[in-house]
Amino acid sequence: MSTSQGLRDWLLSEEPTSRRQAKYASWYKGWLTLRSNTLAMLGLFVLTFLILCAIFAPFLATHDPFAQDLGNRLLAPGEGGHLFGTDSLGRDIYSRLLYGARISIYIVLLVVMVAPLVGLIVGTVSGYAGGWIDIVLMRITDIFLAFPRLILALAFVAALGAGIENAVLAISLTAWPPYARIARAETLTIRNSDYIHAIKLQGAGPFRIVTKHIWPLCISSLVIRVTLDMAGIILTAAGLGFLGLGAQPPSPEWGAMISDGRQYILDYWWVATIPGIAIFAISLAFNLLGDGMRDVLDPKEDNS
Amino acid sequence: MNAVTVKNLNVWFGAGADRSFAVRDVNFDVANGESFGLVGESGSGKSTILRAIAGLVPTWSGEMTVAGETLGPKRSKSFYSKVQMVFQDPYASLHPRQTVDRVLSEAMSLHGVQNVDTRIAQLLDDVGLGTGFRFRYPHQLSGGQRQRVAIARSLACGPSILLLDEPTSALDVSVQAEILNLLVDLRREHKLTYIMVSHDLGVVGHLCERIGVMKEGRFEEVLTVEDMRRSKAESPYTRHLLESSINSIR
Repeated sequence: MSTSQGLRDWLLSEEPTSRRQAKYASWYKGWLTLRSNTLAMLGLFVLTFLILCAIFAPFLATHDPFAQDLGNRLLAPGEGGHLFGTDSLGRDIYSRLLYGARISIYIVLLVVMVAPLVGLIVGTVSGYAGGWIDIVLMRITDIFLAFPRLILALAFVAALGAGIENAVLAISLTAWPPYARIARAETLTIRNSDYIHAIKLQGAGPFRIVTKHIWPLCISSLVIRVTLDMAGIILTAAGLGFLGLGAQPPSPEWGAMISDGRQYILDYWWVATIPGIAIFAISLAFNLLGDGMRDVLDPKEDNS
Repeated sequence: MNAVTVKNLNVWFGAGADRSFAVRDVNFDVANGESFGLVGESGSGKSTILRAIAGLVPTWSGEMTVAGETLGPKRSKSFYSKVQMVFQDPYASLHPRQTVDRVLSEAMSLHGVQNVDTRIAQLLDDVGLGTGFRFRYPHQLSGGQRQRVAIARSLACGPSILLLDEPTSALDVSVQAEILNLLVDLRREHKLTYIMVSHDLGVVGHLCERIGVMKEGRFEEVLTVEDMRRSKAESPYTRHLLESSINSIR
């Protein structure tokens, strides 16, 4: 028997003997579930590919993403050694796309780390505490929900100053209310269940109950919502960039590249289409992976 | 000394004009090591009494003394190490994302129990589950196994009083018998006091010495199991209950 076979048996043993083995085993089983989902693996593959592109952008790029060459503007894909053509200032779209992946992934990760977390905290606290805490937090959520998202983000950016970080902060601050609503709804269904009563009878305080017992049950529905929002987040960032309040002009942010190409879209389709395809690919990858992650995070579904 | 004394207990739900009483002027006491049964039809308030003792229903009045401690609106930490509860539905009383190990070790760490690893193995052994079940999730267990885990959790902190809320009614008949025998054994080994709610007189007769019969939130009568077996009930309601349960066996 080879060592990899031995490791597999150890991981899949019916009766793990230590907490460490049980933990590794549950990760391994999660990975097996994910691997059996072809679409999720496709999403993971595309995402890994984009992240690798972002990391190795300096090695993969054929041109300087900022170098302008007005003599060679708006070249079609493949012409003059430009794989995806050039934009209105003669910059190589392929190189800009690679560097832009860094910015887009950075924006998405920052938003994803802030907005669902804020929503989760507000929603679960509100749902679990009830009473006036619930009323106050939900009315604040209502106020944020009632504002048009882009206008609110504009107001934040105007107050904080332009730039990617502030755009991310503004998007996060406008994106959390739906997460809070979902988390609150989940909490309301969980809070009166017997297993919450049982842990209460063990003397657990509200902080422990919310973070260790309610959060794990809210996360799978939040993950779905996050993956659905991913495309919207990238586009909102692009919208802010277009209005001059997000990524600033020379930086090759994908959304900003699309708005650059907007003027030429009828005659020079590739200028807007290629970053569009990139945004499409990353959102689709997040969606597929998110769907697969939901199955992994919900151990009730596993049929082993 | 009495393990549990309940005097003039009233429990209500709703406020103002909507207030409805689930329990009215209930008095009883349970001696140390005794097993007391609460029977009655659905909605007679028997589970509500347990929940009021456990502190899960805040709206009550009266006087409750448990293990020498007079209960106020909030339960103290030491209360939870003396009194634990087993719930009716084992499918709802275990957290769906937590392994048996996680459930038991959390209960122990909350009570500051030492040697968690050996204690968990011993507890699982006590309730008739091998250590092989230790890292299972609830969805990988049968109903009876889940209820054993729930019982193990309630014993994790070494309580002296167990509140049993129809612990067998969600299980099928053969499993019911196993769980009942387990409860009988555990009571003998750990010298536990039980207060058990059930609508099944057979179950209560197997486990309890005295029975409180409830009707519409009040105690109809308190009788010993001996009297119940000889059908020596005083109130007509209890007699009716006994007759119908005997008839259902035939």
